[in-house]
Amino acid sequence: MKFDGEHLLPGQIGHFFVVLAFVASILSTIAFYKASRVADENIKRQWLSYAKTIFFIQVASVLTIFFTIFFICSNHYFEYLYAYKHASKELEPKYLLACIWEGQEGSFLLWSIWHCVLGTIFIIKGKSWTAHVLTVISFAQCFLMLMLLGIYIFDVRIGSSAFVLTRNEINGPIFSQPDYLSFIKDGIGLNVLLRNYWMVIHPPVLFLGFASTIIPVSYAYAGMATKKFGEWIKPALPWALFSCCVLGVGIMMGGKWAYESLSFGGYWAWDPVENASLVPWIILIAGLHCMVIFNATGNSLRTAFLFIILANAFVLYSTFLTRTGILGDTSVHSFTESGMAMNILIGMFAIAIPVPMIILYIRNYHLIPSTKKEESISSREFWMFIGSLILFLSAIFIIAVTSVPVYNKIFHTNIADPQDREFTYNKVMVMVAIIVGLLSATTQYFKYRQTNKKYFIKLIALPFVTALVLCILLFIFYPVIYIKQGAGFLGAIYLALFASLFSAIANAGYIWSVLKGNLKSAGAALAHAGFTLMIAGMLISAGNKQVISDNRVTGLLMPFDKDPTGKQTEDPLENLTLIRDVPTSMARYTLTYEGDSAAAEKNRTFFKLIVQKKDSANDKVLEDFELMPDVYKMKDNNLSSNPDIKHYVTHDIFTYISSLPDRSSVADTAKFKLHEMKLKDTVYYSKGFLVLNDVLKNPSTERFHYKPTDTALVADITVYSKAGTSYKSFPALAVQDLHINFIDDTVYAQNLYLQLAGIGQNNTFKIAVKETDIPQDFITLKAYVFPYINLVWTGLIIMAAGFIVSIIKRTKAKPAVALIALIAVVAGLFYMFMLASV
Amino acid sequence: MKSTHIIILVAIAVSIGVLLMYSVDFSTYDTIGSAKQKQGKYVHLIARLDKTQPVIYDAVKDPNYLSFYAVDSLGSSTKVIYHNAKPAELDQSERVVLKGKMQGDIFECDNILLKCPSKYKDDKKQLEKTVTQTNL
Repeated sequence: MKFDGEHLLPGQIGHFFVVLAFVASILSTIAFYKASRVADENIKRQWLSYAKTIFFIQVASVLTIFFTIFFICSNHYFEYLYAYKHASKELEPKYLLACIWEGQEGSFLLWSIWHCVLGTIFIIKGKSWTAHVLTVISFAQCFLMLMLLGIYIFDVRIGSSAFVLTRNEINGPIFSQPDYLSFIKDGIGLNVLLRNYWMVIHPPVLFLGFASTIIPVSYAYAGMATKKFGEWIKPALPWALFSCCVLGVGIMMGGKWAYESLSFGGYWAWDPVENASLVPWIILIAGLHCMVIFNATGNSLRTAFLFIILANAFVLYSTFLTRTGILGDTSVHSFTESGMAMNILIGMFAIAIPVPMIILYIRNYHLIPSTKKEESISSREFWMFIGSLILFLSAIFIIAVTSVPVYNKIFHTNIADPQDREFTYNKVMVMVAIIVGLLSATTQYFKYRQTNKKYFIKLIALPFVTALVLCILLFIFYPVIYIKQGAGFLGAIYLALFASLFSAIANAGYIWSVLKGNLKSAGAALAHAGFTLMIAGMLISAGNKQVISDNRVTGLLMPFDKDPTGKQTEDPLENLTLIRDVPTSMARYTLTYEGDSAAAEKNRTFFKLIVQKKDSANDKVLEDFELMPDVYKMKDNNLSSNPDIKHYVTHDIFTYISSLPDRSSVADTAKFKLHEMKLKDTVYYSKGFLVLNDVLKNPSTERFHYKPTDTALVADITVYSKAGTSYKSFPALAVQDLHINFIDDTVYAQNLYLQLAGIGQNNTFKIAVKETDIPQDFITLKAYVFPYINLVWTGLIIMAAGFIVSIIKRTKAKPAVALIALIAVVAGLFYMFMLASV
Repeated sequence: MKSTHIIILVAIAVSIGVLLMYSVDFSTYDTIGSAKQKQGKYVHLIARLDKTQPVIYDAVKDPNYLSFYAVDSLGSSTKVIYHNAKPAELDQSERVVLKGKMQGDIFECDNILLKCPSKYKDDKKQLEKTVTQTNL
């Protein structure tokens, strides 16, 4: 059958290049491998140039695939399932990229693009080891392309192509009609939960972090394959630093996204999906430290190999966890299962590099040189090694608890998350924070091999005392209030807070006291200071996070219906209902819900809240601001709530809508009652009385803009309630094209509806009044205060800057280039984390 | 390097192991029947909303009280009380994971994880439904 209006050419082009990229990646793997094994220089050069050519063909193919998908999605060719699922006509252009990496195929393609970019840079810049490193990258590319292939072998589909047609994939009666495309008006589009600028930035950065771990592991492979075990460390160091920097920033971008636009109530929840990306980063950091130790002293080479291999292995393991749907019941992030065949491919991709690498490592273990001499307790390398080990063990702990769904699958058990998941992690990680803080504070002041005791104590004393004083001041003036888990844990928080502040100060001091302000060598000190500042920020903001919408603390609106179980939960009751126009107190603030307004996007509604903070003594308004949390209403009535945050330098006030009334279900049975009123007449209602002040003809006010030629009347009414409050109300009527329009007005605070129903006799006006018992417009919200959250983001930016300074030093980049790169990254991150959301 | 390292390594590994043993109090996935046997113990129920029974939530009276009935695949049913706002997707959800404790005949829930069809656009059946709805 011939179908109308289909554009089949882009799909054919796309599919052709997928096959080409797949074949090219196999050939380039073989060719690079050959080049790496051949001894003869001439033949080696031939293989290498052949391999590079094929690799570039592969790069070109991957880019073509990407642009083809982009073309299909941007032109809304809904005959393609990928466009139908992920694109839609109402989608703003800025989300076009985001909708491409929303899907499984698109995100693997993104990963593959980064492999291509990194491989190309390596071919251009890398002096030696090219054949070995590119062998591994090309090998990984084979698996990524396999996943995009979508061809049938004996009835089993291998991979999932982004170019399949909607009519072939979905059964539906309409697909038997030749003009089916005219029925498909629009695609499903990007999930509203993901419509956020972080969706454009966070995935590429995170995937670059993931993809870049392949370079250190490729170097490790090269080291073992050539039996020049130590020589890879030096050239691999800048790549490892790069990977640490990008992955770390990528993870925290996810945290910032969750914090500012999702209703998870924070930036980190120890969710399995979050953990899965954190674990490789921690191991990579441990590996990086071992590499630095080896570079300086020749120790810890075996550990460096192991950690670098495992960092990459856990990147792939985390991909396996998040993409196969195995975490389904434990994670709030919704990832779907894409079928057994796809899961097997993902599994193959996850073991393709780690398993051979681990076998290679075990076989070479005894050949890898290790120093027999014992390290001195006063040496820097000893404490760096201990720190790496602690980091590694903490990562193993995190992944062991996160992997519970995997044990369930394998052993058919039914173990579930602990009751308090966050505390399970926090109580172990707070110990890790203490040790890591103390180690990172002191280790820089040790020298490699041996350190003079007096020298060390002299330098470390000042930072130690400063941190101690700072902690005592904090304890007195701004104590941590997290007492939910008892005094022991509170003590641990204080210790961790001291350790991280000590480290931040000690590392900052190091730049001045030891490096004498030489910023070029200050990369490590900056990164450590930034990291520990971030930890301190996390401890303070999480420890002093407060629910301010606690219904038990604030004045209750209405008498509670008694809970039939007769019990109260220990947790604060976090939701507060605000009835429109009724000021409600919340902690030290008074909130008034003033109504909703539609947004530019379809189905999105903003709710306007006026927040006031008054001086309790003299009622003077100290602060007065607006918050506009919003809600997306999805197709099947689901809500997606986006918070609004009021940022201060010292704290954030964070609110989001947790529930909305279902307006259709509120039965309104009340009727209007008609009153004939003269000017200044009074009419009583159940909760007070109202006065008709005036009736204006064609007024031009803030609310109404009538011209003298119009025919419109507006009643000016004041409502006085028994409670002593008064409200203005302006019902109107206007004649337009021989029709009378009644523009009713509602006094929400009194559930009172007013209508100017017409003109009566003897200078009277007909005012219709309706009262209901049910509040007609209200919202339920949650509100938190996050203090000192800016420390977290500031720390992250300093850490990233530290990594970049280190990369610059290790690559001996030109000062001008280096400075521009540093400024660009720091400015970019500062804008994204500190300014863009305000 | 060897001796000190190994001693410290073992000490750390052991202490972390001990910490782990004491710290992680895993819960279990249960059916409503088996949860009723484990009164007061923290469990995870995999169930679905019983749409024949009323869902009670009135944000004006108490925004922190929700009650509904859940049934599991074996057909047993329990009343659930959740001291929090009603998740908007509850009525449409096909499957819920309820975390909490059984207290008598009532399941005191402190966390609800919803599995909603709208999040699952990769699901073929759901896509077929969507196509049919939008076009016919």
